[in-house]
Amino acid sequence: MNPIENPIVGRGARDGSTLFRNWFDQLTHVAENGEHAGYVFVMGSLNELLHTFGVHPVFPEINSLQTAVRRVADEYLNLAEDHGFSPDVCGYVKADYALQLRGGEHPMGRIPPPSIAVLTNACNTYLKWAEIWERMYHMPVVTVDVPGSRQAPGRYTPTADDVARDRRYVEFQLRELIEHLEKLTGTAFDVDRLREVLDVTNRMGRAWRRVLELNRSRPAVFDAMMEGTIYLGVANALRGTEEGARFFEDLAEEMEYKARHGISPLLDGRGEHRLIFVGVPCYPIFRRFYQLFSEWGGVFVSSTYTWFASGGLNLDYEYDLSRPLESLAEGVLLSVQRAGDSMLFHDRYLIEAIDEFGADGVVYHPIKSCRTVSTGLADSRRVVLEERDVLCLYIESDMMDKRVVSEAQLKNRIDAFFEGLDSRKIRMEKAASAAASAKSVSTPTA
Amino acid sequence: MTDLPEVRPREPIRLLDIPFDGGLEAVLEYCREIVEDPDFPTVRRWREAGGKVLGHFQVYFPEELAHAAGVLPVKVRGGQMEREQADSRFGSYLCSILRSSLELALTGRLQVDMFVSHPICDAARNLAGIWGRNRPEPAQILYLPQNPNSKFSGTWLTEEYRRVLGELEAISGKKATDADLRAALDVFNENRRWLRELYAIKRSAPWLLPVDEAYVLVALGGLVTRDEHNELLRWLVPRIRDRSARKQDKIRVVFEGGFCEQPPLDLLRAISEFCYVVDDDLLIGLRWILSDVPTAGDPVNNLAVAYLDDSSYSPVQHDLRKPKEEMLLKRIRGADAQACIVAAAKMCEPGLDEQVAYAHTLDGEGIPYFVTEFEERMTSFDHLQIQLETFVENLLFA
Repeated sequence: MNPIENPIVGRGARDGSTLFRNWFDQLTHVAENGEHAGYVFVMGSLNELLHTFGVHPVFPEINSLQTAVRRVADEYLNLAEDHGFSPDVCGYVKADYALQLRGGEHPMGRIPPPSIAVLTNACNTYLKWAEIWERMYHMPVVTVDVPGSRQAPGRYTPTADDVARDRRYVEFQLRELIEHLEKLTGTAFDVDRLREVLDVTNRMGRAWRRVLELNRSRPAVFDAMMEGTIYLGVANALRGTEEGARFFEDLAEEMEYKARHGISPLLDGRGEHRLIFVGVPCYPIFRRFYQLFSEWGGVFVSSTYTWFASGGLNLDYEYDLSRPLESLAEGVLLSVQRAGDSMLFHDRYLIEAIDEFGADGVVYHPIKSCRTVSTGLADSRRVVLEERDVLCLYIESDMMDKRVVSEAQLKNRIDAFFEGLDSRKIRMEKAASAAASAKSVSTPTA
Repeated sequence: MTDLPEVRPREPIRLLDIPFDGGLEAVLEYCREIVEDPDFPTVRRWREAGGKVLGHFQVYFPEELAHAAGVLPVKVRGGQMEREQADSRFGSYLCSILRSSLELALTGRLQVDMFVSHPICDAARNLAGIWGRNRPEPAQILYLPQNPNSKFSGTWLTEEYRRVLGELEAISGKKATDADLRAALDVFNENRRWLRELYAIKRSAPWLLPVDEAYVLVALGGLVTRDEHNELLRWLVPRIRDRSARKQDKIRVVFEGGFCEQPPLDLLRAISEFCYVVDDDLLIGLRWILSDVPTAGDPVNNLAVAYLDDSSYSPVQHDLRKPKEEMLLKRIRGADAQACIVAAAKMCEPGLDEQVAYAHTLDGEGIPYFVTEFEERMTSFDHLQIQLETFVENLLFA
């Protein structure tokens, strides 16, 4: 059998899509039955605690981006702007605001209203967003303040005492969150249940990191911007669940297989341009955005989105099940810090990734909606170009608002980028060939 | 830091040459020139005398810590200037204050020995990283609690302040003792009292102190030692009270939206043509703490607790005890204002988000309001003046 015909190939995409649809069906069920829904965010979701109490996690960021992927975001954005929101603020917030006004109506089902919202300070918009729900629903809003890195990693190394006091702060807040969840659900905290949930998150994280690592293969085994985003959805929605852990273990198996057999996401992976994606994808034209790169043989071997939007699951950290709550606090602290570093101080990580993944180019995609991710990108590009011989592309659009997405302009810029990559590759091949010829001439023969 | 010497008393460095002999108007004009000078003459003078400088970005920084360590705390709040270097470090869709603040550093107009920013918004949380990649001095983030409702936030913030104090001591080479910290609290407590006096004048007799003049006097505090600022305010406040200005037929408004990027002085002056601004959130970080910080006990803990529990509000601090729209209503009613100017800097996400809640609440309360956006670099105010004049006439002749 041709290796590519093995049913294991493409299993992750199929299963991921099914799991994701089932998850949205479950949310509709929660909405219809009035069960507890906890609104959370991808950076520091605390799914683990919500699952311990049987509260269904709802990710407003995912709900919003799905309106863009399904090309109805403009209806939601317009409604929010009619209510006074500026065109210049986060599209996720506006889509969710309109979704709440529409009683949870969503192209994937019905989104339940929040019984509680749990957020971290990993993004300031989380805070403003939660204040909107607080005004709308008057439900508990619990912030877990997670101090981030004080300076760029490498410039400053926190002492053990620094880390310990930050961990104590997070742990104390988690205990306060547990009190809220006990009150909300009328259920006492069960540390053994938490231990079980942490265990499956450990398995998921381990498999997720293996999947990311396998894209060092040549050819790459998946596109980190396109397929990586689908996997991210599962990583967030099903974090802390058995089916989520099993999905990623299967996915790692699939990627091992593809690596062994040289199976690329491109039709022909031999001429691939290995790229790193920085930012958030262009959801209003998601598939077309991917094609603008793949048509030229571009494949994203890594993506900062898979770092920060997985809530730091890419960090090599596993919960210590012998001290679950303390370890959860430590994990939240370190993973949210890593997610923050991936947005604020990512230049060093990018340079490492260029080396580890053998990248030819870096694509920066700052967006109007998200200043956390986008503000530092122009400066990061300057540093990366100074330190590594790669080509960089800097294209601006949005993750939600198609009014600021110009496909023709994007295509022009992307085409020019690949023309540069192609000519650079030809020059490098010629130079290598000339060097090899020169070496054979100068090598004395017996 | 225990091996550092204690701060020794020294001759105060005079940063201002205030023309007291010229009278009130001459002093006010001098203050305005200092505040608008893009070359930061007071900071230059401090550095020429061998002093170290902390640049802290909006909104709030516990400046008492710097003062106690012998470092001059300077508020970094951007400014009006042609930008030549900073724009290449940023993308689109960003506010001006980020760019102009970095421009000051890149062009050497503002030289600091340490820079601190705060994650007040998604854009500003990036500033320390960008500053650190472009400048040799240490640039770091001070995480002020976004969960002040946690019972542990005071303990954590106290420890965080101690960490920052250690960094400041390393910059100055001098240890700040508890006595130094208490002395700093005394100086800043006096300063807070004078600033409250200025705002009391604005509320009770706004014709004596137009919004642009009050702004200049507050802003000057972010450029000089608070000792010298106190000395100035001690001289000024009674003279402002004795000023012979006549009350005019203007409406009383609150200006909201000046917590970070600052509107140009000419914009404030344009507003004062039609309105008495009886309260505002301009430079709220310099007025964040509402009353005296106790000096007894642990001074650092006292400062941290005051930040959390005895403080004003802004769109960039999340505190369940302080819903912003209710705090705005309190400000409006406390100042007996007839209307509100709900402003936001262009591309300022927290400010723009808050405009929605403010507008809905003011609608509900039947309080007239005027929504606008501004940019620190704007130079034309004709359009805004026409709109504002119409708004005011609607109120006066309704």
